[in-house]
Amino acid sequence: MINSKHPRILRGLALGAAALLSGCQGGILDPKGQVAADEKSLIITATVLMLLVVVPVILMTLGFAWKYRASNKSATYDPKWSHSGKIEAVVWIIPIIIVSFLAVITWNSTHKLDPYRPLDSAVKPINVQVVSLDWKWLFIYPDLNIASVNQLVFPANTPVNFKITSDAAMNSFFIPQLGGQIYSMAGMQTKLHLIANEPGSYDGMSANYSGAGFSGMKFKATATATPAEFDAWVKQVRSGKPLDATSYAQLLNQSENNPVQHFSSVTPGLFYGVLNKYMAGHQTSMESGLSPIQLAALSKSLCKTPVVKE
Amino acid sequence: MLLGKLTLDAIPFHEPIIMGALSGAGLFGLAIIAAITKFGKWGYLWKEWLTSVDHKKIGVMYIIVALVMLLRGFADALMMRTQLAMATGGAHGIFPPEHYDQIFTAHGVIMIIFMAMPFMTGLMNIVVPLQIGARDVAFPFLNSLSFWLLVAAAALVNISLGVGEFAKTGWVAYPPLSELAYSPGVGVDYYIWALQISGIGTTLTALNFLVTILKMRAPGMKLMQMPIFTWTCTWANVLIVSSFPILTGALAMLTLDRYLDFHFFTSEAGGNPMMYLNLFWAWGHPEVYILVLPAFGIFSEVISTFSGKRLFGHTSMIIASGVITVLGFMVWLHHFFTMGSGASVNAFFGIATMVISVPTGVKLFNWLFTIYRGRLRFTAPVLWTLGFMVTFSIGGMTGVLMAVPGADFMLHNSLFLIAHFHNTIIGGAVFGYLAGFVFWFPKAFGFKLDERLGKAAFWFWQTGFYFAFVPLYILGFMGMTRRLNHTDNPLWTPWLYAACIGAVLIAIGIGCQLLQIYVSVRNRKQLADVTGDPWNGHTLEWSTSSPPPFYNFAKVPHVHDIDAFTDMKEKGVAYEIPQQYAPIHMPQNTAAGVYIGGFTLVCGFALIWHIWWLAIVGLLGIIASMLGRAYDSNLDYYVQPDEVESIERERFEKMGIDFDRYDERETARPRPTKTLEQV
Repeated sequence: MINSKHPRILRGLALGAAALLSGCQGGILDPKGQVAADEKSLIITATVLMLLVVVPVILMTLGFAWKYRASNKSATYDPKWSHSGKIEAVVWIIPIIIVSFLAVITWNSTHKLDPYRPLDSAVKPINVQVVSLDWKWLFIYPDLNIASVNQLVFPANTPVNFKITSDAAMNSFFIPQLGGQIYSMAGMQTKLHLIANEPGSYDGMSANYSGAGFSGMKFKATATATPAEFDAWVKQVRSGKPLDATSYAQLLNQSENNPVQHFSSVTPGLFYGVLNKYMAGHQTSMESGLSPIQLAALSKSLCKTPVVKE
Repeated sequence: MLLGKLTLDAIPFHEPIIMGALSGAGLFGLAIIAAITKFGKWGYLWKEWLTSVDHKKIGVMYIIVALVMLLRGFADALMMRTQLAMATGGAHGIFPPEHYDQIFTAHGVIMIIFMAMPFMTGLMNIVVPLQIGARDVAFPFLNSLSFWLLVAAAALVNISLGVGEFAKTGWVAYPPLSELAYSPGVGVDYYIWALQISGIGTTLTALNFLVTILKMRAPGMKLMQMPIFTWTCTWANVLIVSSFPILTGALAMLTLDRYLDFHFFTSEAGGNPMMYLNLFWAWGHPEVYILVLPAFGIFSEVISTFSGKRLFGHTSMIIASGVITVLGFMVWLHHFFTMGSGASVNAFFGIATMVISVPTGVKLFNWLFTIYRGRLRFTAPVLWTLGFMVTFSIGGMTGVLMAVPGADFMLHNSLFLIAHFHNTIIGGAVFGYLAGFVFWFPKAFGFKLDERLGKAAFWFWQTGFYFAFVPLYILGFMGMTRRLNHTDNPLWTPWLYAACIGAVLIAIGIGCQLLQIYVSVRNRKQLADVTGDPWNGHTLEWSTSSPPPFYNFAKVPHVHDIDAFTDMKEKGVAYEIPQQYAPIHMPQNTAAGVYIGGFTLVCGFALIWHIWWLAIVGLLGIIASMLGRAYDSNLDYYVQPDEVESIERERFEKMGIDFDRYDERETARPRPTKTLEQV
């Protein structure tokens, strides 16, 4: 926990603030995973630290305005008083001190909570490749050779390593109760590392507007209580149809509030084929396990629907 | 094709809400046109206003545009809040995404580019030349041209309501969504040309004012003696000059992508959409300081004037504004920490962002210590200022919170972000402009605004603001993201209702302001300001009459102090009548700005609809108008001393000062400061 480094009083205040906002079920103040919990405590620590200046400023504003109201003739009136080296020094130094504290917290927390940093865990992580489409999410499990649309399932207490790209406009992959978001961008790969420490079903969404069907671009992220439950789900997914160039072409068609779909198998390297579509042949991914020629051919097959022109 | 992409289908006959709005606006326009015709005011309007190069009149026209666009942008806001209050729990509300996405895009574009910017520019136009003792800006025709470019751009945005569509991309128009592949319609083209045209106008204005401020200050006024509002405008203009060209360039590249099949920002063929995000925010972040710095200046003037006290830490304020200006340029990446830059890059930009809170905090403390040992009069401008100090502190805090990358990953794109920037833009910039509006209104029009309605407006705005945006902060914590068309989380519903009520309260506040203008115009005799100094002001704009004569100052003042006019009042030379007036060199009015603006509108509209012949006509019209202006030799004239004398005589007689006393003495000192304070 980040705030454990800070004085007890801060922690006390933080807990108080958390209690006030605990009504926020299902939001970012109701974390179900370590990353989200750390980010929540970071938010609270930073807020409390700033309240140390903001509350006095607000009170002083109201207090000064009242005390020095025009009708209060008993208050000192000094129309020419406009400079004081001491006050100037204080008003520059106080914000500098607070910001210095925040800067240290920021530097440390940004590295600790870097979405690209794999989580420390003894459990072997699950890999998921994410593709945002118009307007749905495709989740590919490369190790299990299955895929699903608008449904993400993984066991609780197991780190999930996401690799994310887009085959549409830019979206943002976001499961608020598990941790922060990251953009999905065509031709680019971003990474995110999350974990659920409690089993449950959590809202997932695109946080970045991407067109007409964006509001329905939602999914449930389910953390199963046991690995066995997860295996049962995998079995269920395997009963679907395969994800190949033909079925992918159908996914490329725009759709709103897309229902959950399951794919029993996935063309090898499909994620990299999608990624490579937009790279104009400049880059080939070593990770894909395909030769450049194979990858190019795969990318081409995934482009069946020509880009819409007016 | 003679009409390019334009067909009758472009007019949304099937949309009752749009057609209702259009016919309402049309009827209102017709009523105004009929009224002008009936009272035979076309000639007056053309000669005295539309072709005017007088900075005060241009300023007034800017603010009229800003207020009209405020109503338009606010109507969008009300529709959005209504939609979100209705479309909960699985309901889909009244606006389908097709329409709703245009509304939120238009709301953002209008409020930033066509409400806040012209409001700020209008106040700057009215006040800055007066504050520095100048007779006009450095390039009066250019000033008129800037204004008419803004009008052309605003017209394009409004035309998009009835002809075609507006962008459905959000006000940032991120590619690849704004590229042809995802937005094949004319909406993004309306967006591009409206921003491009108004942006050029803004850049010209900034250059104009920088030259004015640097070259045309009254004798004796050193840079560090400039009034604080002029200083904050100076910094804002520095930011405009250095950041708007980035927007111009980014939009030009997007234009090439959309019109000529380039690939700057496309996903495919080697384009890089993320470069647009960088460029957009390299302009967009300085832009928020462009909006808020002049507002900071207004608060400084208001708090110092109504405390009856010098501004605390004038030099400190100037430096703090300068620090904000420089740092404002170095933090753009905090708008997209979630793009996936490395931790060190994110941390750098996060910390740079927080550092901005240091000079901003200094400003808040300086306002506090200006009130300290003052005699604060609780007028409407002061209420706006106090409301700002409280509200903006909260907005600043939530901003710094989002500057922490780890927190931003959670709060980015959420309603928390929406609450934050409305907190700073409404609670900072808009409150400032509204304070400035009440504060300088008597200077521009010669009578004060009704105080009671002004205060009522403030309280409705202030409570409405908290009702509208505290729920959004909470919804952000609850995981609600922005730009949603409908929601289905029952826990969110009550907060969405509350936010809608807040919007209604603000609407009542705006209603109070419209009523305030009406009532004040009706009671203008009782509210008249004959002295030119209704608030016991500190700076030079209050030393001349209200409204000032077109030449501003019959005799250019000599400046010896920061509070130049207070200094003059104390020395008893505030209302000196010179023995004799000198001829005054003034610019001639010109219609060139109107023509160029008109042809720009034609050209922009034609480019949007691919009507190439018309675009050429528009372009040739622009060139011809420019050439016409270049060969116009009737550019300036001299106001003769007898005309000046008769205007000044009228002013002093209204004030009850015997104008002819200078015959007896060398200089008349008819009214010392003390008697004026009682006025």
